[in-house]
Amino acid sequence: MHYTTAHEDTELIQLLTPDGELREHPDYPLDISAAEVRGLYRDLVLVRRIDTEAVALQRQGELGLWASLLGQEAAQVGSGRALRANDMVFPSYREHGVAWCRDVDPWELLGLFRGVTNGGWDPNEHGFQLYTIVIGTQNLHATGYAMGVQRDGALGDDGTAVISYFGDGATSQGDTNEAFNFAAVNNAPVVFFCQNNQWAISEPLERQARVPLYQRALGYGFPGVRIDGNDVLATLAVTRRALRSAREGQGPTLIEAFTYRMGAHTTNDDPTRYRVSAEIDEWKQRDPILRLRAYLANQGMATDTFFAEVDTEADQLGERVRDECRALADPEPLDIFREVYAEPNSHIDRQRADFAEYLASFEDAGVTEGR
Amino acid sequence: MGSKLTLGRAINTGLRQAMEADPKVLVMGEDVGKLGGVFRVTDGLQKDFGADRVIDTPLAESGIVGTAIGLALRGYRPVCEIQFDGFFFPAANQTFSQLAKIRRRSAGVLSVPVVIRIPYGGGIGAVEHHSESPEAYFTHTAGLRVVTAATPEDAYWAIQQAVASDDPVIFLEPKRRYYEKAEVDTDATLSAAPPLDAARVARPGSDATIVAYGPMVKTALQAAEADTERDIEVIDLRSLAPIDYDTVADSVRRTGRLVVVHEAPLTNGVGGEISARVTEECFYHLEAPVMRVCGFDTPYPQSRLEEYYLPDLDRILDGIDRAFAY
Repeated sequence: MHYTTAHEDTELIQLLTPDGELREHPDYPLDISAAEVRGLYRDLVLVRRIDTEAVALQRQGELGLWASLLGQEAAQVGSGRALRANDMVFPSYREHGVAWCRDVDPWELLGLFRGVTNGGWDPNEHGFQLYTIVIGTQNLHATGYAMGVQRDGALGDDGTAVISYFGDGATSQGDTNEAFNFAAVNNAPVVFFCQNNQWAISEPLERQARVPLYQRALGYGFPGVRIDGNDVLATLAVTRRALRSAREGQGPTLIEAFTYRMGAHTTNDDPTRYRVSAEIDEWKQRDPILRLRAYLANQGMATDTFFAEVDTEADQLGERVRDECRALADPEPLDIFREVYAEPNSHIDRQRADFAEYLASFEDAGVTEGR
Repeated sequence: MGSKLTLGRAINTGLRQAMEADPKVLVMGEDVGKLGGVFRVTDGLQKDFGADRVIDTPLAESGIVGTAIGLALRGYRPVCEIQFDGFFFPAANQTFSQLAKIRRRSAGVLSVPVVIRIPYGGGIGAVEHHSESPEAYFTHTAGLRVVTAATPEDAYWAIQQAVASDDPVIFLEPKRRYYEKAEVDTDATLSAAPPLDAARVARPGSDATIVAYGPMVKTALQAAEADTERDIEVIDLRSLAPIDYDTVADSVRRTGRLVVVHEAPLTNGVGGEISARVTEECFYHLEAPVMRVCGFDTPYPQSRLEEYYLPDLDRILDGIDRAFAY
């Protein structure tokens, strides 16, 4: 395989092979019921459906843009299901699967991409902060939040761990490296979850780093681990352990989820300009959903009826996503001025008043269309 | 009861008040702990409030502001110290793209009450990056409040108001005035202090108005005193975002002439904006165009040239002369 060396492969933590065979790992014993595994399968299928619908909605003009997570479902669902209610997530902009695990409705995600909001949900209600588009910046927010958790004395088994999501490209950002260092120096309860999907738009990993990404952690003084990001069980087990370590006051962990961006960077991107289809075909063999389905079927943990029910649920969810998306109303023009400041601001107040008067002048003139 | 405090000590005392009033207030930055900051503005705070509340950070400005945002999202009120004006820029993305926008992004669900204190301006004979006036970058960014203090009394109250504000505040401290002393009534209550966004008539007058802020207020007052022929009003702007245009316009309607003074470069500075706004609001009251006495559109010069770069008493008087000669 050209995208990883033999040495790196020995470091890769995998519990479920691409063929759906379970392999025990001494450091990461799997403590999971059959019902939970079926739940993960359902998550993976539904998250992929949300993504497929969103891409279609963008093509239909209902969304301005969409950043597809195709291929990264296991990395997101595995880590997302490792979280507890008290934990706090700092996402980048592709974490639709984590959002799903945090009970953010899919259509709440769509508002940002439709252009009706820059946010869309209450971060504190979900333990899931708003999407952050400038890459790497959220790693510092997560670290600061974790420093706050320490000051609140909110560690321990019922405490709070923080997890920050970012990609391989973001590891080149100063903010990511500053976050690693601030987190290490403060022993902050934060897990840095890097989805290495091999491509930062058109730039392959070798343009970002000369060492395996998980090894960066060593230089900052905390553990780094590489997992098979297309293996939902390994992702779950390793993330659980890292979160527990954070909660117990043992400081940060870097997890590099080795995965692949099966789709374009966003709906504006054309990956045929910079990568070959053979690479995609290779990664199709490692599909996160197929391997879990094979495992469930081989172990007799799920019946055909179960798989059919999940597919039906996905169809229903898809329809709901389409309907809810189209129902997302445009904001009012004067919303431009809302919540720029918490306190009254004479500049904004005046501009809002002037613009309101300007808009009203069209109504006075009997012009109601076109504004 | 009042006491005589330097401007630096007044900020220190104000920070102490803020930390006593609210356990969520934190101080963070480079050398703010044992050393008390390179200007000693945080002197003694770590000793009294502990290293968890007065945090010596790694030397990374983006990290300071970025983690302050995270702390604010967790319910804290961090006061960051950026050691010098010219060291702010690594924190630009976190300040302009994150801190300033999070409230709006979240439709008001999230507040990030972070204060960024920056010793700013020239006049101390420093090496490069230690004498700059970057206020226009901040005032051009929606979501930030930008304030500066010209006197110990103002600094004492303004830092407490900045900490209490639910909006992010850029708090610009005129470093060359750090050691100037004046009476501060530390027994008064915070609610009795003038609002953070109100300008102040520092010297009443009837013939022309000077608008200045931060380190230039003292110089403007000296120029006004030196002008024995004309009765010059001096306004200390105090807040640069938002600007108290009511106070400025009231003055200009009375005097008919306006000179705006700042150390920052002339072009696209606060002076240009005030000039435009006063022209809109006071057009028929103006006897002359608004004059600006500012730094030049050059990098801040080596210190042996800074006395030529910085507006001084003579250049301000020259600006007033131009307003009267028009």
